Amino acid sequence: MNRTIRRIADHTVLGLLALVFALPVLYLVIGSLKPSDQVLAGLSGFLPTNLSLHNYAAVLHSLSSDSTGHFWRFMGVSLLVAATVVAGGLVVNSMAAYALSRLEWGGRKLLFTLVLLLMLIPFESVAVPLFYLFDTQRNTVWIQAAPFIANAFSVYQFHTFFQAIPLSIEEAARIDGAGPWRILFRIIYPMSKPAFASVAILTFLTQWGSFLWPVLMVDDPSVRPLPLEISVFQGQQPPDWGQILAFGVLLVLPVVVVFAFFQRWFVQGVAGSAVKE
Amino acid sequence: MSTAVSPSPTPAPSAAAARPTTQRRRSRDWVHALLMTAPALAGLIAFVAVPFGYAVVLSLHKARLGSDRPPAFVGLEQYRRILTDPDLSGRFLHALLNNLTFALAVVPLQTGLALALAVLLNRKLRAIGLFRAVFFLPVVFPMALVAVIWRLILARSDQGILNSLLHQLSFGHWGSFDWLGSPLTAMASVVVLSVWQGVGFQMVILLAGLQAIPDERYEAAQLDRASRWQQFRHVTLPGIRTTLIFVALLTSVLSFRVFDQVYILVRGGGLNENATRTVMYEAVTTAFDQNNIGRASAITVVFFLIVLVLTLVQRRVARGDDA
Repeated sequence: MNRTIRRIADHTVLGLLALVFALPVLYLVIGSLKPSDQVLAGLSGFLPTNLSLHNYAAVLHSLSSDSTGHFWRFMGVSLLVAATVVAGGLVVNSMAAYALSRLEWGGRKLLFTLVLLLMLIPFESVAVPLFYLFDTQRNTVWIQAAPFIANAFSVYQFHTFFQAIPLSIEEAARIDGAGPWRILFRIIYPMSKPAFASVAILTFLTQWGSFLWPVLMVDDPSVRPLPLEISVFQGQQPPDWGQILAFGVLLVLPVVVVFAFFQRWFVQGVAGSAVKE
Repeated sequence: MSTAVSPSPTPAPSAAAARPTTQRRRSRDWVHALLMTAPALAGLIAFVAVPFGYAVVLSLHKARLGSDRPPAFVGLEQYRRILTDPDLSGRFLHALLNNLTFALAVVPLQTGLALALAVLLNRKLRAIGLFRAVFFLPVVFPMALVAVIWRLILARSDQGILNSLLHQLSFGHWGSFDWLGSPLTAMASVVVLSVWQGVGFQMVILLAGLQAIPDERYEAAQLDRASRWQQFRHVTLPGIRTTLIFVALLTSVLSFRVFDQVYILVRGGGLNENATRTVMYEAVTTAFDQNNIGRASAITVVFFLIVLVLTLVQRRVARGDDA
């Protein structure tokens, strides 16, 4: 009896908290489906009346000229940058981590220490000199991705994971005559799918929301990523709230989809990486 | 720093026969290893190490973007100015103070809430996965979007959701407060939206910590007729002590880096600039709007030193966890 009451109490407390917590998301979704003048309308902004996909159509339509920018272009830039950073990062950082954790060679201790030191430097403290150094590369897609491919923290994450793989597996392959590259591609990589998944997810998440660097480097709408565009879009006068929220849903949708499919890895990636840091 | 469990460099005497092959292999591996590390290393050097060194160099200069004049060496002048010049230091120290206020509010609030959520979610309840997803969801929201949503919630007119709610609850007495614009509540607003976005992250880490506590300890506590609160005090808290400290420190490092939401809301959302300007905001506007790269670099170097201290403390605690 006591236990049942406790259960109900737990559910009630959690339910209320979850509801309060979910309200902003609910508001975003409902607002994106409502006529713009009914979004910022007090509590009635939550009422699901007059729902339609009009705002989505309008975003895709109104953002489709050279003067306002093209929605699919913003999306394309964001996807291209994120894909480059994630794919390039996985290859480059895992390779380095393998060489630093499994191969026996002279420079490895020194280089690994260097990587650990570089991990202490947050991007924020190099943003200004980077902005100054790459001034001539402003408004290009490549400069949006380039600084984030090599990532000391990703190297560290892979390093930790690779070290847990028993050496004997590798030794056996060595005896059979496999070289380091073959071992890396044929043995280490196939065994490291969870590491790849969690690094990929965390990198994608960070990159998708990236704002500081684009603010500094991009003012041309043709290479603008989504987060920068939504901040420009919401600053326009008068703001068209329905469309802005529809834009917001389209901005977050790719991550939510990834999140829904890979939830377990997503959470593991976040928890694991943070605890090990 | 390195916790690498490398095989002993000196082979055991019995393995002496195998030595020549190992040596040959090592020298061959050296080339492969260099090839494997080269791309990552090149990137880290080009985009982290060199710019960082350059930040230090620039901070000793007077430099502008798009100017014909080369940067002029001014020594520690930039640091002296941001720290002691009455015209400038006020601004910088105020930004630093804003950072401190933000961290002092966010760290206990977010950690406490994350702990409460983690404890509530660490049960075998129905639909627990759904609850976890709800609290975690905002973590995947880009800050640029979070800023937009909360701008509407906190809108100053009685059309804003919070104001509208207060209007209803107070029978029309309250209801058009300027949450973002008022110096009293501007920082609090940024704190609330940041906690909303970030608490799921901490929650997940704490949840992992909670699940590592053996069930037997709770069973033993129940045998001793410990109340729920006593179980929390004497089993849960000691069980996740290091994780908790770690999470709090991690949050303090992350909170020090606050920029996106402040920048977006000040620029387009009517956020009170003076009450919420942070160190990174100061660095970016100094570089960007005032085109003063030298001073902006000096600000980022100071910023780095503060983050460095916080990170080193955090590392020390994290390592204590292993021991």
